[in-house]
Amino acid sequence: MFSIIKSLWLVFLHLFRKKATIQYPEEKAYLAPRYRGRIVLSRDPDGEERCVACYLCAAACPVECISLDAAEREDGRRYPGFFRINFSRCIYCGFCEEACPTYAIQLIPDFEMGEYNRQNLVYEKEDLLIDGEGKYHGYNFYKVAGLALGNKAKGEAQNESPPVDPKSLMP
Amino acid sequence: MATLHIDGKTYEADPSKNLLEAALSAGLDLPYFCWHPALGSVGACRQCAVRQYRDENDKNGQIVMACMVPVTDGARISIADPEATEFRSSVVEWLMTNHPHDCPVCDEGGECHLQDMTVMTGHCSRSFRFKKRTFENQYLGPFLNHEMNRCIQCYRCVRFYNDYAGGHDLGAFASHNHVYFGRHEEGVLESEFSGNLAEVCPTGVFTDKTLKGHYSRKWDMQSAPSICNHCSVGCNTIASSRYGAVRRILNRYHHDINGYFLCDRGRYGYEHGNHPDRPSRPRLRSTKQSGLEPETTEVLAAIGSFLNEARGIAAIGSPRASLESNYALQALAGREAFSIGIAEASSAVLDALVAALREAPGGPASVRDIEHSDAVFVLGEDPSNTAPRIALALRQSVRQVSIKHAAAHRIPRWHDRAVRDLAQGRKGPLHSAWPAQTRLDEISKSAFCESPNAIAKLGFAVAQCIGEDSSSSSSADSPLQKQAKAIAADLLEAEQPLVVTGTALESEAIIDAARAVVSALAKAGKSTVRLAGIAAEANSIGAHLLQGQALESIVAKVMNGECDTLIVAENDLYRRLPHATVDALLDKLSKLIVIDCIPSSLTRHADAFLPAATIAESDGSLINCEGRGQRFFQALSPKENLHATWDWVGRIQVECQRSDTNPWPDLDTILAKMAADCPELAGIREAAPGAGFRIHNQKIPRSPRRFSGRTSILAHESVHEPKPPEDKDAAMSFSMEGSALQPPAALVSHYWSPGWNSAQALNKFQEEVGGPNRGGPPGLRLFPGGQNGRPHGSPSTESAATPDQLLAIPLYQVFGSDELSNHSAAVRERSEPLAFSLSAKTADRLGLADGDSLSLRIGEQKLTATVRLDPVMSENLIGIPVGLSDTPVTYLPLPAQANVCE
Repeated sequence: MFSIIKSLWLVFLHLFRKKATIQYPEEKAYLAPRYRGRIVLSRDPDGEERCVACYLCAAACPVECISLDAAEREDGRRYPGFFRINFSRCIYCGFCEEACPTYAIQLIPDFEMGEYNRQNLVYEKEDLLIDGEGKYHGYNFYKVAGLALGNKAKGEAQNESPPVDPKSLMP
Repeated sequence: MATLHIDGKTYEADPSKNLLEAALSAGLDLPYFCWHPALGSVGACRQCAVRQYRDENDKNGQIVMACMVPVTDGARISIADPEATEFRSSVVEWLMTNHPHDCPVCDEGGECHLQDMTVMTGHCSRSFRFKKRTFENQYLGPFLNHEMNRCIQCYRCVRFYNDYAGGHDLGAFASHNHVYFGRHEEGVLESEFSGNLAEVCPTGVFTDKTLKGHYSRKWDMQSAPSICNHCSVGCNTIASSRYGAVRRILNRYHHDINGYFLCDRGRYGYEHGNHPDRPSRPRLRSTKQSGLEPETTEVLAAIGSFLNEARGIAAIGSPRASLESNYALQALAGREAFSIGIAEASSAVLDALVAALREAPGGPASVRDIEHSDAVFVLGEDPSNTAPRIALALRQSVRQVSIKHAAAHRIPRWHDRAVRDLAQGRKGPLHSAWPAQTRLDEISKSAFCESPNAIAKLGFAVAQCIGEDSSSSSSADSPLQKQAKAIAADLLEAEQPLVVTGTALESEAIIDAARAVVSALAKAGKSTVRLAGIAAEANSIGAHLLQGQALESIVAKVMNGECDTLIVAENDLYRRLPHATVDALLDKLSKLIVIDCIPSSLTRHADAFLPAATIAESDGSLINCEGRGQRFFQALSPKENLHATWDWVGRIQVECQRSDTNPWPDLDTILAKMAADCPELAGIREAAPGAGFRIHNQKIPRSPRRFSGRTSILAHESVHEPKPPEDKDAAMSFSMEGSALQPPAALVSHYWSPGWNSAQALNKFQEEVGGPNRGGPPGLRLFPGGQNGRPHGSPSTESAATPDQLLAIPLYQVFGSDELSNHSAAVRERSEPLAFSLSAKTADRLGLADGDSLSLRIGEQKLTATVRLDPVMSENLIGIPVGLSDTPVTYLPLPAQANVCE
């Protein structure tokens, strides 16, 4: 008996609390930057695609909704020739972001992807690639990797000494 | 067998092995880098450290390198010992100090031995704070990509390339932590086995360059066991595909054939299937004008009416097509009107070879037998160019003497450096007889460079010397006699002598001579003597066993009006007959139907064309030069309009109302029909498990379990995922679904084992390290040997060329003489342009110098090319490379007399 009265009293008190419900879509909820929503492909600080087509996101994906195919630019930089995410399968687990060694693939605080036609949930690279760096600023994979690239010769990456002359025996 | 105690458990181990091999054979995980089952141990990387105890009372023991310690009975070791574990982890940390941050863009990533070993040792974070050393890379040709920063200095590359494969242009440069592996200057790696470096290298220094062009990770590739169809050795391969195209070829271990290594023609020839001009749609000449592409059903209906209206049908198969495809054509046209597509002369030589292989004591020698021979006589073959994997085996055969020498000094075979140092370059006898210079000359004791007739004479002389008492040498002996005596003495002295012969010089006499040598040796008490034969193409032996007619008799049938409709499968007649003959044949024919997988000169003339699936896209069987029937399987389900030739022929049978339904809807049915029609080929059904084979009611997956993108690959076409294609021909599924247990060796589509992502996981697929495949090597040998059939020949008395005439002989190029691999861009880049080889003396007589242009008339045909001087060729011989695709004359009946045109 007492617990029923207590419950009624508590419900009555809630009448005077601040409302949790908001008038979506006119009003939007706050989403933390690390909220796992729509997936994007970002660019490095130089404006180049960050994705190097290493296939790790595809391997990590538990529903196997990511597929891509590597292609190579003339200067040796690898990029995804196509990059496809089937969002009708995606479970927004964020494993792909965790697996990505270049910070290319990121989940952003946007979940408004409703479609009447399921086919429209298949996103290609043009739909995924954004113009900015996304959540992770300043990282450029090729500045760290040992691979030489068009404008970066051997020994020019971070923490590298200049190339060795193999024909010299000097220490 | 010795007893070995590892971490308190007792194992049986082979005392001829070292502790590392014993531990791996016992199924334990022990990291290693520099040791390789085929290359042995050098103890360079210090990675396989274990603690060894003297006896059960020894509590301290000592750290030893497992790869450098032989197995002894009662030995006690510990892999899990904390100090040994820390030692191994420290070694990896030290190797990783300079290793770049490359894994995401490294082609080895995901199948990298260094990654596996790093995880296995438990190292995860480097404490090295200083700068990484870097190297410049080199251009190494179209086959390999070089990324020297990744090197961990294990020395496997130079040990394979120089010590094992006999290369000269890869070396270790500089010193201390600057050691560099590359060429003395940028350039193409010369050895035809360079591609193996991609598999031998434990990390990503050498990677497959053709794969780099269309890169996909190992875990993403759908693979199937395949057979190399670029020569007659029949090496086992793994064909891997992604997004509907073959992406690479990997070695598939076969204990008796290719072992751990492939040649570059086999590894890189696969791209004929990715050729931009590959015909991939059925075509009809009648609709060509309108520019409309006919439907498959329309083309098949047209072919059906061609055949129904025909006065007579003839079919021409091919020694490069599968046994099933050839059989299907034979069933369509009948035995009398079917040819395997080789000319009469070649057919006779092939017949002699098959007879020799049937007769060979103990059956034809496998590549492994060749490796273990200690005296070799190569009679009229150039294995480096016609069967490169056999040449690699011959390079190991000359080492047998040093291995035996080392064994006498109690040095085990795996102790590679010690065995080589003790031998001091001493080589066993390899005698070769081939008209021109070969790459094996550098390891040969003698090279006999004369005309095919003289080579046959030498063979018969050797046989005679073996039969007689060869110790007496008289001064009256001719040089040929002297050489024959030396060869006979070497063969008689050997424990396991071997004769290698083949069809390269198109001479029956040479093959008869080889048979004579073998039977003389057998008579002289050498029961261990072996014979190895080399045929021209992947399925020459198999096609021959179907007993087709010679190509000329089919031509005659057409010319005399008996047949007016011809169906040609996977055969470019312009490479088999003189141009004029083919042109006349085509004029006479009313309808020509062509089935092929490459754009050949014949396809242009076809009234109806059907695109065939390549070997990686189809199922079937091949019989290699050892007489071993082997099965290959589809690595991918090809596009809708591509089918295996035998499948097309089955559909044609329905169209021309010979049968209500496809007579062979699947592989097992056609194999059963073939077995019924050709009892000799019945055994071929045992070459691999049939389509009904299951492990716990499950098929065997073609893709690794980590295969990605299943719900996305086809999502752009439709978001509703289609069912994976069903395979009615094989016990394998086109997905990652199926049994996770290890399949029989004939169905292994990729090497993977927990903790072992690289190809080194192979250790888990063998009975013991370096031993036979689990469950026995796949394939079935059809020739048990010892069958006598053909009378012994004698040297032909044909006179040599008159002094003013030249004898043109065929020469072969490893990159260039094979029709299919010529359509692969990387192999084509390595092929050399047409050039005539002749001796300096002959050139002098003709007033020519190196690089001059020369025109020759051979029969009806005229050929112009530059001249290249050959230092060993004899006078009046002229070598002409055959099979090249960039020449106006694609067929020459060589050897033949050649006249110099003014």
